[in-house]
Amino acid sequence: MAITKDDVLNWVKDYAQVIDENFEMLTDLDREIGDADHGANMRRGFKAVMEKLPSVDDKDIATILKTVGMTLLSKVGGAAGPLYSTLFIKIGTSIGPKTEMELSDWAKALEAGTAGIAALGKAQPNDKTMLDALYPAIDALKKAMGNGSSTGEALQKSADAAHEGMLATIPLVARKGRASYLGERSAGHQDPGATSTYFLLKSAAETLADS
Amino acid sequence: MKKLINNPEDVVKEELQGIELAHPDLVKVYYDPDYIVRADAPVQGKVALVSGGGSGHEPMHGGFVGLGMLDAACPGAVFTSPTPDQMLEATKAVNGGAGVLHIVKNYTGDVMNFEMAADMARDEGIEVESVLVDDDVAVQDSTWTAGRRGVGLTVLMEKIVGAAAEERRSLKECADLARKINNQGRSMGMALTSCTVPHVGKPSFDLPEDEMEIGIGIHGEPGRHRMKLEPADKITEMLVTPVVEDLPFKEGDEVLLFVNGMGGTPLIELYIVYRKAVQLLEARGIKIVRHLIGSYITSLEMAGTSITLLKMDEDLKKLWDAPVKTAGMRWGI
Repeated sequence: MAITKDDVLNWVKDYAQVIDENFEMLTDLDREIGDADHGANMRRGFKAVMEKLPSVDDKDIATILKTVGMTLLSKVGGAAGPLYSTLFIKIGTSIGPKTEMELSDWAKALEAGTAGIAALGKAQPNDKTMLDALYPAIDALKKAMGNGSSTGEALQKSADAAHEGMLATIPLVARKGRASYLGERSAGHQDPGATSTYFLLKSAAETLADS
Repeated sequence: MKKLINNPEDVVKEELQGIELAHPDLVKVYYDPDYIVRADAPVQGKVALVSGGGSGHEPMHGGFVGLGMLDAACPGAVFTSPTPDQMLEATKAVNGGAGVLHIVKNYTGDVMNFEMAADMARDEGIEVESVLVDDDVAVQDSTWTAGRRGVGLTVLMEKIVGAAAEERRSLKECADLARKINNQGRSMGMALTSCTVPHVGKPSFDLPEDEMEIGIGIHGEPGRHRMKLEPADKITEMLVTPVVEDLPFKEGDEVLLFVNGMGGTPLIELYIVYRKAVQLLEARGIKIVRHLIGSYITSLEMAGTSITLLKMDEDLKKLWDAPVKTAGMRWGI
């Protein structure tokens, strides 16, 4: 079952709504180990994305996602701006100028986006970052595809793995970003970036398999 | 939250409007993307200095735009790095043909955004060099952290390298000078109270009335140790000792001593800190040849202080004394 550009639009819109609903929770997590701006920055970015989206809603998937990425780059700031921008731009570039894709295209794109984030942030697994939600999500997605799961099941497994990855950041000591300044004191707190990344994959599971 | 603001979302924009109205002789302000440039930019044949960072550290950086210091500053949202489009437009606006130096404080977001902006500017044919400031000894400089933060030394670097650019030194000379300053300057800060980001509405961290946080950064991020409040002399010693021992500063060294207020600490207290810092340094045989006392790199309304030491030589002394005319720092003119 193909994933259409309308599914992709719904994914972005759903995520914007999730960010808006959870921005205080993200800020509270960031307040514990960072600088209390993650929720507000992401909300500002996706508010701008929602204003921009109508201008590309008849375009192909690459154009839609690159527009999302460029908007985030100019509106979010902080580390999350370049990182989420890179994620969306690389996912869009990998999928290409299509209006429909297969689940395998999505898996490849997610991998490309994650590689882009890893290169920009120079982070490793278990550094307590967005990557700790993304890597398990990719592994679970590929495994589910190998088992012949449906698109919906595979996306759900991927989101579930991201959720576990997010929870697994709690005991970790941060090695990247502002949380790393705290040293051992960063342990015992859930990473805000891994949390907003889990929301992204949860939104994907709820929207991409719709059609 | 009790602040002298209107809509929290408009804080930075309204501040910029105030700067524009107050200092038309010094700066021009541009909006969407937001940046501040020298009134006479671009200065032909002069290396241009561009810096930027989250807002909430005033007068840094916008208050340091003008003759003898920065050519442009890019203000982000409060405590949030500005974005590459701001930095690119600022870089283009101040490029006088001798190249542009980006002064970047070592924070993950600032580094990533400036890196992207420098690449974009180079694609447009502008010669760009970047220097990092990472002077905060409270952070371990290891592969296990994002590295040391850029704090108080940033102010001294912008002043001194600004003077060098004014002398028409080359881009490479300016960049080398900035790296030299970074190599021989160190800082450490502490907080008596937390601070509240306007659009967040609650304190960035909770700090009980009888406790203090040692080793804080400038973004309301908590420090490395929390402890019971001590008298000013003891606190000053807790800041001076690690700063001196890190470089280390040695007997006979000439230094600039910078006692900075974090935004909510009055000058009367900063002089008490300065007094003790001088005693401690003199006891070690370190000679204070220049000083700066006041709130120059702040963390909103946070009460607290930071101490920066920079090892000086004849060239640095001459450049420090050179004329500067900005909203936040002005002498010799």
